[in-house]
Amino acid sequence: MREGRAGRRAVIAIPYLWLLLFFMVPFAIVLKISFAETALGIPPFTPLIGPDDDGKTSLLASLANYRLIGDDFLYLRAYLNSLKFAAGATVCCLLIGYPLAYGIARAPRAWRGLLLMLVILPFWTSYLIRVYAWIGLLKGNGIINNLLIWAGLIGDPLPLLNNAFAVYLGLTYSYLPYMILPLYAQLEKLDPTLLEAAADLGCPPSRAFWNVTLPLSLPGIAAGCLLVFIPMVGEFVIPDLLGGPDTLMIGKVLWDEFFTNRDWPVASALAVSMLVLVVIPMALLRKHLGGGEAR
Amino acid sequence: MPLGGDGGAPYLRIEGVTKRFAGHAAVNNVSLDIGRGEFFALLGPSGCGKTTLLRMLAGFERPDAGAILIDGQDMAQVPPYLRPVNMMFQSYALFPHMTVASNVGFGLRQDKRPKDEIATRVSKVLDLVHMGRHAQRKPGQLSGGERQRVALARALVKEPKLLLLDEPMAALDRKLREETRFELVRIQNRVGITFIMVTHDQEEAMTTASRVAVMQSGNIVQVGTPREVYEQPATRFVADFIGAVNLFDGKVVEARDGAVSVIVEGLDVPIQAQGAPLAAGTAVSLAIRPEKIVLTAAKPEGASNLVQGVVREIAYRGDLSTYRIDLPSQKAVRATVPNIDRLAGPAVEVGQQAWLSWSVSAPVVLTQ
Repeated sequence: MREGRAGRRAVIAIPYLWLLLFFMVPFAIVLKISFAETALGIPPFTPLIGPDDDGKTSLLASLANYRLIGDDFLYLRAYLNSLKFAAGATVCCLLIGYPLAYGIARAPRAWRGLLLMLVILPFWTSYLIRVYAWIGLLKGNGIINNLLIWAGLIGDPLPLLNNAFAVYLGLTYSYLPYMILPLYAQLEKLDPTLLEAAADLGCPPSRAFWNVTLPLSLPGIAAGCLLVFIPMVGEFVIPDLLGGPDTLMIGKVLWDEFFTNRDWPVASALAVSMLVLVVIPMALLRKHLGGGEAR
Repeated sequence: MPLGGDGGAPYLRIEGVTKRFAGHAAVNNVSLDIGRGEFFALLGPSGCGKTTLLRMLAGFERPDAGAILIDGQDMAQVPPYLRPVNMMFQSYALFPHMTVASNVGFGLRQDKRPKDEIATRVSKVLDLVHMGRHAQRKPGQLSGGERQRVALARALVKEPKLLLLDEPMAALDRKLREETRFELVRIQNRVGITFIMVTHDQEEAMTTASRVAVMQSGNIVQVGTPREVYEQPATRFVADFIGAVNLFDGKVVEARDGAVSVIVEGLDVPIQAQGAPLAAGTAVSLAIRPEKIVLTAAKPEGASNLVQGVVREIAYRGDLSTYRIDLPSQKAVRATVPNIDRLAGPAVEVGQQAWLSWSVSAPVVLTQ
């Protein structure tokens, strides 16, 4: 009995230990750096505890980096832009992913495994390479433009790359499987007798979708949206490769601060603000959805 | 055959309906007439096609052949959502995201009934099934019995021409099932809607339905009142499926004046029975219900049919006791004795010889 409980604790402790070591500790370090100031040297920031101007050992935390982020309109704009891109691409993922997930969930059982495999198939190729491949497809003399010109549909190449369109496309393409999988899991659980019951009570199939299927798949929609929206906000590779120099997203700004400007404290403050701004609304949303779903 | 309810033209007519799944006929050329206001039960073991037949009435399956007419109207081209039929599902199929009230009101909302009418009708039908107090609960917060009532209310509220019940009590425990049977009959009497119930439980069918159709591998083998199918089963299968029965295989040795003598394997004297005139030599089965066998310690006087055996087992069942008696041929016979008689008369104990006797009207002569 006692041993069993200890064993259970040990099993639970492993993932928590992992999270503590590789998520909470690094995050604490980032949080610490965000209160420091840049310095020349290695590491490129001032220590948090050290001699102050009077030579006394004291806490040297400063909120200057957060103030800078608040004052400089660039950061806010980049952040809002990221939210806009992420929200737009999330909606695209949902609109494409829902019918796909629904189709797979309603396919004959023998087919479902294969269809799901096809959804996961792109993961066998590196994410970076797949995003690079889009450059070849979208660029001025890329495959799509050449094909359209050859077909005589257009005279001049369409501006497909280095703009917002390319970013939306890249985000939607890359994150679609993360939307499909939770939606599929939810839709597959849906009892088909509920749809028969709806039909039996006078509800044609088209309306039954809105009355029964959609409300019952809301948890899957919420899970899928969260799963794609959060990483999209911080996305760096896609805006960098497909968005061109004019696309402003917070992930890219963060990268620039960190690697180009070597301003670790500002980059850290950005990372912390981003996390707070994304996590708090999500936590509230989750609580709200969770409350509505008490069974 | 008299139809229950108000008689006249059949309210539901099933004509030569066949349904095949992968070449196998789940329902095979079934014809059936059901009258308005009947409580009709489709009874049979699992896989006999009763649920498929019910699903064809609801419109979830299309017959491969034959026609279904409800109140004179052919249902062939009518989709489930336009049929004047509501179903109570075995799993209840309550919408988990809606309250009890909105589950019940769902069908009325589909018909775009005015809001206040929906509210009145929902609360009326919830009162009928004693669920008025739980109107604002979600199905997940209800017990199995309560969910069953909500499912019934949801199917009743639209006042359909036919109410289909798919194993309505299968998910309830025994005690609740017995209460619910009476409740179901009470409600059916109140609303006057034609009920068609599918069940594999013969006791359930017998106690609720006004008429029963017994199904076996896609065919209807007998239709009749519960009394008819119990007292005059048409085939060995019906006799065996409905209630307990002792079956004796034998041959007719003599037939006259509506009575037959049947020589049964392992018995020296022929069994006397009433039955249709059958030629001597016809292979028949005799079905004798355990409660029609009289069990005595002493040899009874003047019994038409009399055999002796050894009591092997006595199962006490409260109101009655079931005896297993081995005949000299080793064939086991079951007899039930009301315990009120058993305790009054001289006791026959396990291992003792006993006399079994029955009247000429007790055995049913079956040719198939």
